Amino acid sequence: MIVDPLYDPGDPLPPLPGHSSRGRLERVLRSGKFAVTAELNPPDSADPREVFERALVLSEVCDAINATDASGANTHMSSVGICSLLTRAGYAVIMQISCRDRNRIAIQGDVLGAAAMGVSNILCLTGDGVQAGDQPGAKPVFDLDSTSLLETIRTMRDEKRFLSGRKITVPPAVLLGAAANPFAPPYDYRPIHLGKKVAAGAQFIQTQYCYDIPLLERFMARVRDLDLHKKCFILVGVGPLASAKTARWMRTNVPGVHIPDQVIARLEGAQKQKLEGKNLCIELIQQIREIEGVAGVHVMAYRQEELVSDVISASGIMKNRQPRPQARRPAKERIA
Amino acid sequence: MGMYAVRLWSVRHSRLLESFYQGFERIIVRLDPLWKRIGYERLEQPVAAVERQVKGLLFDCQMCGQCALSSTGMSCPMNCPKNLRNGPCGGVRANGHCEVKPEMKCVWVKAWEGSQQMLEGKAILDVQKPVDNTLKGHSSWLRVAREKAGARAQPEGRAS
Ligand code: SF4
Repeated sequence: MIVDPLYDPGDPLPPLPGHSSRGRLERVLRSGKFAVTAELNPPDSADPREVFERALVLSEVCDAINATDASGANTHMSSVGICSLLTRAGYAVIMQISCRDRNRIAIQGDVLGAAAMGVSNILCLTGDGVQAGDQPGAKPVFDLDSTSLLETIRTMRDEKRFLSGRKITVPPAVLLGAAANPFAPPYDYRPIHLGKKVAAGAQFIQTQYCYDIPLLERFMARVRDLDLHKKCFILVGVGPLASAKTARWMRTNVPGVHIPDQVIARLEGAQKQKLEGKNLCIELIQQIREIEGVAGVHVMAYRQEELVSDVISASGIMKNRQPRPQARRPAKERIA
Repeated sequence: MGMYAVRLWSVRHSRLLESFYQGFERIIVRLDPLWKRIGYERLEQPVAAVERQVKGLLFDCQMCGQCALSSTGMSCPMNCPKNLRNGPCGGVRANGHCEVKPEMKCVWVKAWEGSQQMLEGKAILDVQKPVDNTLKGHSSWLRVAREKAGARAQPEGRAS
């Protein structure tokens, strides 16, 4: 069977000129296809099967899976651990690194380890404050910030040295990502801040949940003025809301989430709130797709993984795209 | 006026403080020969003590030893609970307050406001290096004086 290398989840793929990584996500993005990434909910368990089960559902409908790094400052299985399992099984992953829990010594080591395992994409995050999670008594680290973290990894990759200047023999071939939140103040500064992250090395962007299209459009207009959509691939965050109650909970308790009152009212007025939340998500994806400069969507379906595949197929964004082949294939079949 | 109110006053008057500092910096750089004669090491403690008092009052300065106020609209980034030096996190509340300390205005919302009044406000675009923790507690003024005077002494190294 001949497999289109674009859809081969096996990393690494043969190197291509001008590419930073040997991963699938970079190929999809550079080929101009509308990309889809999805977040895996990390288990509170040491059982690898829980990771594999969740990944299988997601991988059928997306180009890369995000392994979160204690998001919301809640402890779960680590992003390094999840990436280790998933790369071994041939999945394309985006490893998230938050600056909250580790200093520059630990992070740079993790970057090398991740690249050695076959991680091709790294998302650099500041991280939610420890007050947001289940262990508010923890010591916040924040030795680097997301921007200096981007620059650090870019230096490791392109100049083959650590922050200290010490040489790296084989650099980590990773595509670098960053987060953006167009939905939080200071609104005018957000596009400029994105430019700063691009200057520091960001090649793709995954945004916070979008429930406010006019605000996103305003942000994207400024992004286009600054030509930033040509310098990085912007994936807009989306996710189905399970009910009006969940939406209210999220906007008060999850840092940086903005859900307009009309959205909550719409859910409240619906007979079946869960279904309405799903339909809203599909509509949002379709509207987001029409915005110039948007390169894809990033689906975060908190505790509703089973919905991801429905949402993506109903929105039609994966139409004309082959579903991915079986993740686990004999090693000899994989492209070395 | 409490400390927090003074800090906000300083950001509101970022333009004034900027010109004041520019003049001040010119003087301390020019006095480099004098500092050399006395010895930078000997000056370190007393100058750091003065700097701590003055900037502590005006900015709630945390004496990181590598002052970034000129690139942060006179809003000290070390007062951000995440110590961010390159811009706000994604958690800023809708009312512009801090994710971690809801009673405080986000340091970076203030920084953005402050920078827009400044002549060199564009410096907010510069990517800042990670903090060098070995400089904590040391005088930023003396470091600037020594570095800028040194750069001036070398013809190629001339910055502006
Ligand atoms: S909201 Fe502002 S002050 Fe608070 S942690 Fe985020 S960037 Fe820092």
